[in-house]
Amino acid sequence: MSEAVAQQAEEQEPEVDLSIADKVIDKYIDLPGNLMPVLQAVQDEYGYVPRKVAEHVAERLNVYPSQIYGVLTFYAQFHLKPRGRFIIRVCVGTACHVSGAPRIVETFFDKLHIGHAETTPDLRYTFEKVACLGACGMAPLAMVNDDTFGKMTVQKVDEIIAEYNQRPMK
Amino acid sequence: MGEAIKILICQGTGGISAGAKKVEAEFRRVLQEKGVDAVVGKRCEVIHTGCRGLCANDVLVDIITDEQGRVTYDFVQPEEVEQIVNEHIVAKTVIEKRKAKPYYNTFVDAQMRVVMSGCGQINPESLDAFLGEDGFKAIEKCVKSMKPEEVIEEVKKSGLRGRGGGGFPTGMKWSFCKASPGDHKYLICNADEGDPGAFMDRSLLEGDPYCIIEGMMVAAYAIGCDFGYVYVRAEYPLAVQRLQRAIDVCYEKGYLGQNIQGWGLNFDMRIKMGAGAFVCGEETALMASIEGQRGMSRPRPPFPAVRGLWGKPTNINNVETFANVRHIINKGAAWYASLGTETTKGTKIFAVTGKVKHTGLVEVPAGMTVRAVLYDVCGGILNNRKFKAVQAGGPSGGCIPGEILDTPVDYDSLIKAGAMMGSGGLVVMDETTCMVDVARFFLSFTRMESCGKCVPCRIGLKVMLDILERITEGRGELSDIDTLLDLGVAIKKASLCGLGQTAPNPILSTINYFRHEYEAHITDKRCPSNSCKELLLWQIVEDKCVKCGACKKACPVDAITWEKGQIAFLDKEKCTKCKSCYDACRFMAIE
Repeated sequence: MSEAVAQQAEEQEPEVDLSIADKVIDKYIDLPGNLMPVLQAVQDEYGYVPRKVAEHVAERLNVYPSQIYGVLTFYAQFHLKPRGRFIIRVCVGTACHVSGAPRIVETFFDKLHIGHAETTPDLRYTFEKVACLGACGMAPLAMVNDDTFGKMTVQKVDEIIAEYNQRPMK
Repeated sequence: MGEAIKILICQGTGGISAGAKKVEAEFRRVLQEKGVDAVVGKRCEVIHTGCRGLCANDVLVDIITDEQGRVTYDFVQPEEVEQIVNEHIVAKTVIEKRKAKPYYNTFVDAQMRVVMSGCGQINPESLDAFLGEDGFKAIEKCVKSMKPEEVIEEVKKSGLRGRGGGGFPTGMKWSFCKASPGDHKYLICNADEGDPGAFMDRSLLEGDPYCIIEGMMVAAYAIGCDFGYVYVRAEYPLAVQRLQRAIDVCYEKGYLGQNIQGWGLNFDMRIKMGAGAFVCGEETALMASIEGQRGMSRPRPPFPAVRGLWGKPTNINNVETFANVRHIINKGAAWYASLGTETTKGTKIFAVTGKVKHTGLVEVPAGMTVRAVLYDVCGGILNNRKFKAVQAGGPSGGCIPGEILDTPVDYDSLIKAGAMMGSGGLVVMDETTCMVDVARFFLSFTRMESCGKCVPCRIGLKVMLDILERITEGRGELSDIDTLLDLGVAIKKASLCGLGQTAPNPILSTINYFRHEYEAHITDKRCPSNSCKELLLWQIVEDKCVKCGACKKACPVDAITWEKGQIAFLDKEKCTKCKSCYDACRFMAIE
């Protein structure tokens, strides 16, 4: 990490309450292979894995921070940056791909001005392509948080964005 | 006590996203309001299996009464619930107009449901419902009347092969692990279903979780181990939730833990959630992931049966494999071996998706032809377009063209055809699907998911992908095809684990069967399926245009002008090449 990037990461990171992480760690401390469950639970609590928390987990579980970052960056599910209020997921599985998922993805990129795994500056949206949501009968498929939108079209992208622009941030 | 009425509502992931929860709430409200004394049961189905396969028609509601028997309604919306209750349940007249069309019965009757017999029929969260279906009878039979060796022998005789895709004989696998020295052994159920386009494992976990638990208990008894993990994708929250509930109930009622039911059997199990890495479906990577490391595969031998999880002997089977076990024990190896073909016994669940009329999960006896699955069970190709190919086996499989549609679906025939069983995904492609693009798609997936440990997979796939991207953008050279073939064969031979060893399959099989499409991209700079964006110049084919205006309605940027009775006109300046019009046109009048 270059200095500038490190500084930026520092700036982005607000104060975190480590006692929340401690509670999670206490729960799993005796479980063999506890690193992933701890990181998953920590991410559930904070919404992402803040740097300070990752370092704290390393200390408490007695593993190298490098190992923690190895795991965090290997698995698609972990996030090192704050995420948007609404997570837009577009399935790019096989069935969705042949039914036209790529242009749904591109339309979202165009409308939100962000790319894959990026978050809008106002923290309203995070956009992700996902491998398969397992709802191939409704392909192409999009999800916003827990709401599913099947048989997506380019027009529906506008409707979805318009709808979620109205929603409150909390 | 009056007549027992059952209302089964499809509530898998698919059913729920189509609004099954609202439909159920509405049923409860209306029944309460009308004072109908009915038993409301939830159907355990999952999307696509949902409604025994027809998830595209969710929400499906089955009503079973003594007089009318079983009646299925499809596309049920909350607003229609009141009418259904009034007419069907209170007045006892079936609403013919709302009933599922006859193809629903064809779809159901053409299948043979053994493994999925409980899915969609019983409440997945109720232990009593499972016990009512002879639940835990198989493990009881094993413990009380069979030695572990006899159980393994029975599974060997049944001819069951691993349903995860590799097709290794299950009984043999168990006997290796049993023969390994050491008194502490592990059992793992592989539910890391990362294949895009396959979802039968999830459906089983959502629809009949106890059946997986029982299968694992039988395996544990046979191998002599007392601890099992279920490694399941975190992307499947409903499956995790239902399985966890089933495990909790089993502990409560003494079907898991120490001295189960007084039979002297000990077995504990726990769910381990994955974190979104396709390579973790590979057994050595999966074990690394359970141990809390990066999910990277390691060379074999030593095989997991000798040195697996935490260095102990470990046996790993797929969800569907475990789901078969109780039927083999209950009905006998001879019965099981009578299903299917010489080398592939029993039934296989396929996830049929893509450009086919009725997408969903279908369970058929192994050895049925691809044609029968697609046309007899799934109703043929969507929008009357021409069938081009079916992609079998997910990213590790290959494409089977129309000429060999009569290939039976079993392990060996599929491999001979250049595809593989894999997890059982069948993705149907019509004339609008570009095979080069499909190969590129699978490769970009496997490249992303490669763990990066071995060079052939990490670098080889990247190089292949670059070449394919060049071809789809019209910058390919004829020598590229040979380079792709060479690389593909080398990567298959040299890679460390199953991911790399199978990743070139989609390219090799598409070059084998659809070489002309590659050549068209390279020499004519043209995409024959009108799919690769860079090579297209959209225009209306005036001869084919039937003046319907469907393209105008679909265009999001108003690039098409059309008036009633006129041939449509496409403004190339405004067109963003989004393909909406192309998909909307049923007459192939846009290219």
